[in-house]
Amino acid sequence: MATAEAPATTANAPTTNTGRLARAVSRGPLHVLIIAVCLAWMIPTLGLFVSSFREGSDIATSGWWTALSSPSTLNLENYRQVLFTQGMARSFLNSLIIAVPATLLTILVAALAAYAFSWIEFRGREALFLLVVALLVVPLQLTLIPVLRMYATVGLTGTFTGMWIAHVAYGLPFAVFLLRNFFIALPKDLLESAFLEGASHFTAFWRIVVPLSVPALAALGIFQFLWVWNDLLIALVYLGGSATVAPMTVTISNLVNSFGGAWQLLTAAAFISVTLPLLIFFALQRYFVEGILAGAVKG
Amino acid sequence: MAPSSKELSAGRPVSGRPDVSASARPGRRLSVAWLYLAPAGLLLGAFLVYPTISTIVLSFTDPLSGQFVGLKNYTYLFTSQQTLTVFRNNLLWLFLFTSATVTLGLLLAVLTNHVRYEAVAKAVIFVPMAVSFTAAAVIWRFMYIYQPATFAQTGVMNALVTALGGDPVAWITNRNVNNFALITSGIWMWTGFALVVVSAGLKGIPSEIIEAARVDGANERQIFWFIILPMLRSVLLVVSVTLIINSLKVFDLVYVMTFGNYDTDVLANRMFKEMFTFGNFGRASAVAVVLLAAILPLALFNLRRFRREQ
Repeated sequence: MATAEAPATTANAPTTNTGRLARAVSRGPLHVLIIAVCLAWMIPTLGLFVSSFREGSDIATSGWWTALSSPSTLNLENYRQVLFTQGMARSFLNSLIIAVPATLLTILVAALAAYAFSWIEFRGREALFLLVVALLVVPLQLTLIPVLRMYATVGLTGTFTGMWIAHVAYGLPFAVFLLRNFFIALPKDLLESAFLEGASHFTAFWRIVVPLSVPALAALGIFQFLWVWNDLLIALVYLGGSATVAPMTVTISNLVNSFGGAWQLLTAAAFISVTLPLLIFFALQRYFVEGILAGAVKG
Repeated sequence: MAPSSKELSAGRPVSGRPDVSASARPGRRLSVAWLYLAPAGLLLGAFLVYPTISTIVLSFTDPLSGQFVGLKNYTYLFTSQQTLTVFRNNLLWLFLFTSATVTLGLLLAVLTNHVRYEAVAKAVIFVPMAVSFTAAAVIWRFMYIYQPATFAQTGVMNALVTALGGDPVAWITNRNVNNFALITSGIWMWTGFALVVVSAGLKGIPSEIIEAARVDGANERQIFWFIILPMLRSVLLVVSVTLIINSLKVFDLVYVMTFGNYDTDVLANRMFKEMFTFGNFGRASAVAVVLLAAILPLALFNLRRFRREQ
């Protein structure tokens, strides 16, 4: 899959200065259109960002764009309040506590299975792999009630452990699918000569397959982390409404319910929740885009 | 696949000894594989295979007594006014969200292909994919704020409408527009996805073909309709199917923006309501099964295509 930073192609580039100028003028509307669309796409997030620094009374009486001409009124009070009074600091931590282990465990469990599907021969391998892939099409909704009942019986509702296991399980079909496709394309000679020299599967997995698969593991890791970080449904169903374990998505949706008009809180809370994904996006854009594109097939 | 590869079996972690005969000890061979497969297998069985079957069974039962009730839950879904609105809304999402997102993605892919700042433009439009649906719902509720006409409009949409001389619109509660308002937020989120995938397809078209067409006197419009579009057919198909699947499963945006009130409910949110608001697990299961039935052929199509490309 290509990435967002593919080089721009310019067909028949003009060589003279006048040619360049004429070309630039004739393409004026194109630039205006693209830049207008980009601005339109940024406005919603920009409005959220600016408003998160405004006083509640200002937000209620004037549009956020008016603050751009009087930036002195902006301050961090909303963040202080939402983090420490409304529990977003706790929720940020909860989101991390849920997402980090869930991501690492998904990668580990999926990589083990993908290794078996790629490099250990056994009867029924293809059929079993097809079964795993088929599970990609199952919408999460289909599993909620039985799993919730199971969780209630064994006391896993409202626990981080319950969230970890559920997220790993739900992430597996896609993760196994992605990693198996990557593993099986690794150079065959390399693994076979390692086996001939007496390497065990354990050695081959940790010393050869994992180091060679860092790009795939990274793309999967980013995708899975964001998926868990941004999840609302699973947290709502398996965690319930308890604030002590609620990730940020749940806390924000609760804030919308109870303070639908308190935009100074909502905007700050929403912006806190998007900081980490945005950082990941800008720092690791290539893996990020690859992970998202590959993950689009996820059920 | 039958065990036949001697090279592989030679290195199995059977205490480091080389295998004498590959077929002699199939039991050991299997046990190694199982060691690697067991964690994934257990989880998939407990969280996907068993619950799916269980939900299908549950959809034919009465939630309280556990009695088999045949198609009762389904007849309710397909006859009740409330749930018919749900289906209508998912169809609205399916058609509007998908067609608008694919069209925008295609258009922007072709346009940005001609400028030097392509990467930046694509990144800007892709950013919403990083944001959670929950945050996006807050962002768009904020865009749609409604104030009575005598007050200053603080939402971008109504500021625009009133600046153009119109009356402010209650985007979230007005039943004539609210579904479109929600769908717009979905389009904002997913256009970056369509753009990046279509753009990758665009780069895959050999430039000689386009050059040859230009030499033969084709103009840009003809090149788009008769060369680019046909060659992007399969990419556009995959993007469309992916978006349709997402339109059928849309949940968070609706849950946070309206909770399905004011006639904006969709299948996934309706299931949540049946579970937690009405406590009717039979009907909730039936909604989930309908969702599966709608998604299954599309997802299988996408998977087959995806596997072929690997």
